[in-house]
Amino acid sequence: MAMEDARGAVGDYDMGWHDPEHSTIRFDSGLSEEVVRNISSIKNEPAWMTEVRVKAYHHFIERAMPGFGDTKALEGIKFDEVCYYLRSSDATEKDWDDVPDDIRNTFDRLGIPDAEQKWLSGVTAQYESEAVYHSIREDLEAQGVIFLDMDSGLREFPDLVKEYFCSVIPYQDNKFSALNTAVWSGGSFIYVPKGVKVEMPVQAYFRINAKNMGQFERTLIIADEGSSIHYVEGCTAPTYSTDSLHSAVVELIALDGAHIRYSTIQNWSANVYNLVTKRGIAHKDASIEWIDGNIGSKLTMKYPSVILKGEGSHAEVISIAYAGKGQHQDAGAKVHHLASNTTSKILSKSISKDGGRGSYRGMVTVSPKAENCKLNVVCDALILDDQSQTDTYPTMEVANSSARCEHEASVSKVSDDQVFYLMSRGHSEEEALAMIVNGFFEPFTRELPMEYAVELNKLMALEMEGSIG
Amino acid sequence: MLCSISWADKGVEKPWLQGWLTRVIVMPEKEPVLSIKDLRVGIEGNEILHGINLDIAPGEIHAIMGRNGSGKTTAASTIMGHPDYEVNSGSISLNGEDLLELEAWERARKGVFLSFQYPQAVPGLQVGHFLRKSVASIRGEDAAKGPAFRQSLKSAMEEVSIPRTFLSRYVNDGFSGGEKKRFEILQLMLLQPKLAILDETDSGLDIDGIRVVSRGINAAIRGSDSGALIITHYSRILEHVKPDHVHVLIEGKIVKSGGPDLALELEEKGYEWLESEAEIGE
Repeated sequence: MAMEDARGAVGDYDMGWHDPEHSTIRFDSGLSEEVVRNISSIKNEPAWMTEVRVKAYHHFIERAMPGFGDTKALEGIKFDEVCYYLRSSDATEKDWDDVPDDIRNTFDRLGIPDAEQKWLSGVTAQYESEAVYHSIREDLEAQGVIFLDMDSGLREFPDLVKEYFCSVIPYQDNKFSALNTAVWSGGSFIYVPKGVKVEMPVQAYFRINAKNMGQFERTLIIADEGSSIHYVEGCTAPTYSTDSLHSAVVELIALDGAHIRYSTIQNWSANVYNLVTKRGIAHKDASIEWIDGNIGSKLTMKYPSVILKGEGSHAEVISIAYAGKGQHQDAGAKVHHLASNTTSKILSKSISKDGGRGSYRGMVTVSPKAENCKLNVVCDALILDDQSQTDTYPTMEVANSSARCEHEASVSKVSDDQVFYLMSRGHSEEEALAMIVNGFFEPFTRELPMEYAVELNKLMALEMEGSIG
Repeated sequence: MLCSISWADKGVEKPWLQGWLTRVIVMPEKEPVLSIKDLRVGIEGNEILHGINLDIAPGEIHAIMGRNGSGKTTAASTIMGHPDYEVNSGSISLNGEDLLELEAWERARKGVFLSFQYPQAVPGLQVGHFLRKSVASIRGEDAAKGPAFRQSLKSAMEEVSIPRTFLSRYVNDGFSGGEKKRFEILQLMLLQPKLAILDETDSGLDIDGIRVVSRGINAAIRGSDSGALIITHYSRILEHVKPDHVHVLIEGKIVKSGGPDLALELEEKGYEWLESEAEIGE
């Protein structure tokens, strides 16, 4: 398919360029136990990790596809055509100048080195299967903060990784957590020592470059007692007419009184399947927040979850999803209240346009022993035209009558009068739509670091361009 | 001012007279801010306005009065450029420039402003941000920036009794009826249009509210080259914003025009006595 055709199919996407593929190691497409063992062996992993990978692989083979979400699109994934491991650079560099030129240019265009200088505590840049760049501010390192790519984490802190790996999301959780556990590569490993508060966010950026690529990063964040960290994740990929697969697993552990905020802006091109499992455990008085933005991809299925295990812990999941032409965003949140006096807040906002489909899928449970829990769920959908679709699947299972539950849902359309009102103030129809859309996402945007908020607003304004028929 | 030069060319010897004569001569020749000629407008095939004529000169305030359903809001929306209203014939021009081919946002940038009867809420769009963007898009190069913008914003907000906390609220979201109207007038003051159309700005306002918005309208229009068209079915607001001309709209036609006294007459007699005139006009 010519590039123009691909663009016609996915709409204009600003991050859709690609570099010539250059690999130092590229596995043949397809998956087998041998592939899994090979990944583990080129990484010189300890035997226990190889074993977990192999078990997970067999579970993946046997496990059925999820029976919810876009089951038809899921059937379309050609696992045999995916490349499961591709290394483009033999080392993870600490200096951008040492990163191969092509790759360095890509991250320059994405603005990563610039952002790092201005306002980040540390950066990991992953290209295909491996981190190509990694750095952390010295003062944080001196305080004992560990911020590594996951492979280095396993090499340097095997005991810590062994203790927590698969502890929040076992490989048996679902078909894609099994797949990730079998073939994972890259991702971030973070440990924040007791009482250390990391003021500026750390960021990981995931870039797929090659065709038919599968990216399976694995992230593990452990915030020790009373510590806090804000982790930001961004992702983009080139526009191809064939599909890529992104299937990550993210595990968060917030020990007593710790605070983890995990922000994502997923802006995959519209040929990427984005099937991600994200879950955190909050111990006593800890809090975990997922700020989750889903703009791109062909199909996203992602439900960031929090297990409120310790008394007084708090969960917050604020998400947006934008479903444009040919896109299905099946996103939402899950919170399990296992302890007393725990609180949760879920805010989900979706926009569908040009035939896109946005689905909210959520679950909140309160266990019988959990007293005085507070739950608040709000999901709002905005539909921009008659071809587009939204649906909501909220579930609440409350087994303790002392819980206070609030649930609100709304579906709205952009009205002609709203657009006319803004136009009468000198704004073109596209600008008016962008104002309405960015306003709708504002409760999400205001949670982002300023630089991201500005970028997101620009991105949505771009999405509204050329949309007036 | 062209006229004054040509007068000077003719060698007038008394400079004090020159100024006086200039005013007399220039006034009638000044192009109307708004000129509507034989305007026929329909919606979904039904004609609502059956041939309207109206000229508003610079600095003039006109009022269109009429009952609900007489076509007042149709007139306002059509001048602003609402796409639902089809112009079947006639013309609308702003300072001599045809508006009909322009979209609403282009008309706004040319200097047309509409204070809405029912201003729309835009949740998540902050008032401060919206005002800055609107002023920038409409006034372009002339737009005040930075501290100058904040200063003009501050004084306009004081004029219409809007507290600073308003700036972080969302546009018309959860506003009371009175707040919405005051916010419309705030926009009028900041955008400094050439033509301000005020559609039922007084409806739903108590007497204090009317006084506040009237103050804003007077501040924006009086002493400027702009024109205003006040659309209302009560004469209350016209006690505070004195119109130069009053027109009565019945069933899509202007059946009577007059000075400010016509508003008082309508207040006393209602519209019925004019309805027969409308029929005669058929």
